Amino acid sequence: MSDAVLTRDAAEAGDAARRRGSLGLKLQQQAGILGALALFIVLYLFYQANHPRGFTGQILIQNANEAFALALIAMAQTVPVLMAGLDLSVGAVMTLSGCIASHLVNGTPSEIALGIATCIGVSASCGFINGCVVVYGRIQPIIATLATSAIYMGFALILRPTPGGKVHEDLSWALTNDVREFALTFGLFENGEAAWLQPFAWVPVPLVLLGLIVVLIWVPFTRTVTGRTVYAIGSSEGAAYMSGLPINRAKLAAFTMAGLFAGLGGLFLALQTSSGNADIPQAGAYTLNSIAAVVIGGTSLLGGTGSAIGSVIGALVLRTISFNFRIFDIAPLLQPLFEGLVLLAAVSLGGLKLLRLKNKLEVFR
Amino acid sequence: MTRAAATRNTPQAYRLGPDDKPVVFAAGFVLLILIVGTGYTLFTQGSMPLLQPQYLLQQLQVGSFLGIVAAGLMLVILLGHIDLSVPWTLTAAAMMATAAGGAWALPVGLGIGLLVGAINGLGVAYLRVPSMIFTLGVNAVMRGLMVAHTGGFAPQTAATDLMQYLAVARIGGVIPVALLVWLVVSIVVVVVLTRTILGRAIYAIGNRERAAYLSGIQTNRVILVAFALSGAMSGLAGVLLAGYSTKAYQGMGDAYLLPAIAAVVIGGTNILGGRGRYLGTLLGVILIVLLNSVLSIMQMPEAGRQIIYGTVIIAMLLVYGRGNTVTG
Repeated sequence: MSDAVLTRDAAEAGDAARRRGSLGLKLQQQAGILGALALFIVLYLFYQANHPRGFTGQILIQNANEAFALALIAMAQTVPVLMAGLDLSVGAVMTLSGCIASHLVNGTPSEIALGIATCIGVSASCGFINGCVVVYGRIQPIIATLATSAIYMGFALILRPTPGGKVHEDLSWALTNDVREFALTFGLFENGEAAWLQPFAWVPVPLVLLGLIVVLIWVPFTRTVTGRTVYAIGSSEGAAYMSGLPINRAKLAAFTMAGLFAGLGGLFLALQTSSGNADIPQAGAYTLNSIAAVVIGGTSLLGGTGSAIGSVIGALVLRTISFNFRIFDIAPLLQPLFEGLVLLAAVSLGGLKLLRLKNKLEVFR
Repeated sequence: MTRAAATRNTPQAYRLGPDDKPVVFAAGFVLLILIVGTGYTLFTQGSMPLLQPQYLLQQLQVGSFLGIVAAGLMLVILLGHIDLSVPWTLTAAAMMATAAGGAWALPVGLGIGLLVGAINGLGVAYLRVPSMIFTLGVNAVMRGLMVAHTGGFAPQTAATDLMQYLAVARIGGVIPVALLVWLVVSIVVVVVLTRTILGRAIYAIGNRERAAYLSGIQTNRVILVAFALSGAMSGLAGVLLAGYSTKAYQGMGDAYLLPAIAAVVIGGTNILGGRGRYLGTLLGVILIVLLNSVLSIMQMPEAGRQIIYGTVIIAMLLVYGRGNTVTG
């Protein structure tokens, strides 16, 4: 209505302002991710520049392999955190999946496919069970997943009382290398010599897999009603309920997704180490690091804002910090100290926003 | 008299309130563990070690370290926060206490705990960083500091005589001193929670911090004090544990965080804060300690223990820990 009385020039100026505003708003919404991305780029370039064999494919492959499992488990943690929950069982599900993989992912191609399907199916079921306990048992996510993580860890220990097992060597080699080796191992694309493949031949396979998982699973998930509902629950569960959104379905889906991502991470870890290991401290460390990665990636622990892509970047930041330790003469003993300090500094910066609040009551949520 | 009339005549006092249910069920489960465990030992060995006072006192002595940690953690959980820095606060206090030695051992250990707790409190209350992530970071920093301090090895310094006395000695050869320390801590926590302004403020903040602030409670200061107390109790537990094993060692606190959270929650304290009684936490600790000891008597492998442990927590919470459905 008001547009009708505006002159053409004024209307165009208004549109431009709105466009600028929406770009500014978009930037503001993504500030957390962009900050983490900038931090990662600076840290990683710093690492590569100081590495004696910097900017080579081998270093990139090694880094990608080490970062993949943490990146996936950070994605797993993101989904429950988005709806103001927390999943303390991601490390245990990852370990369970790895232990299953060390038994089943071997033999003929069909056996391998079945083994991989079992890993993924079991981890997604573990996540679904978490969801059932939270939705139908009405137990707080943090304590429900604390309990189920003990149960999953128990099953992992039954499968692998001592570290060991074996995974298919060719598959392990192909998935932890660059695209050319992948094609060569399986005789694809003229053994990796096809001309169109050459520009991408140096890309590590884990990065390709990570990209595929984000594009094929995460992005479609956020576009569905269920995915939007996960965000809505995090913003205000009461309002989401009153709007008729499928709350129970979204919660079940969120925990199932967490199990799925954690299981994929465990599968890769088994391929990377060629064995399964039901290591309780390792599972705990992965769970805690996943929370740290989620926060560094700009996702609020209060729910409602953030993205799994941010968490992937958060995981990369955490890993790059430890990469940097290796090339400088800093005693590895000091590593936890610096990791902790970086984490504290990153989250304390969030405290600065308190200075901008106009109303003291906004501090409390 | 008809049945309806009988129900109507039931005195109010005999009905279970929402806060009594966890206490009754936890106590019932403790009895169940004792009965099942005794049945097992009678069947396999023909003896009943679980019912001997000597054995129970021994278990409670070992459980007092967990009990002290859980008491501190409960104060923080009642606020609706959590303290994940327990493992290395405990270890740092133990290492610094043995390093200081002599008369200063105990004050240094407690002081370290108090200091770390206060740092947690500053971050959570004044910087408004979620407690989950801030205490996690502080835990990593303490771990880094301690590993750097010791070079990654177990420190060579030994616990002082006083620390060993507090952890190991028995008054009259019967009652463990550690149990008495736990008792004193328990009394302090109960008095703070039920008889002081601080205690009421803790419950109020756990229910709704905004309302607490508007009614004139200085919420930041209360949060700071609660975290400091929790840290000090972790420190005390560390000092005692070092006395019990005559020295401090790497990772000595790792086994205390999750059982302590489980004990507090099994005891009926709401993980979101605002509700819970100390008696429940006390029973929760006893439950976990007895469950552990019965499982070791049964020579249950680690895998079975983990599964039973998780199942028990979920089963207990399904009985009385269920939240309300969201209806707008």
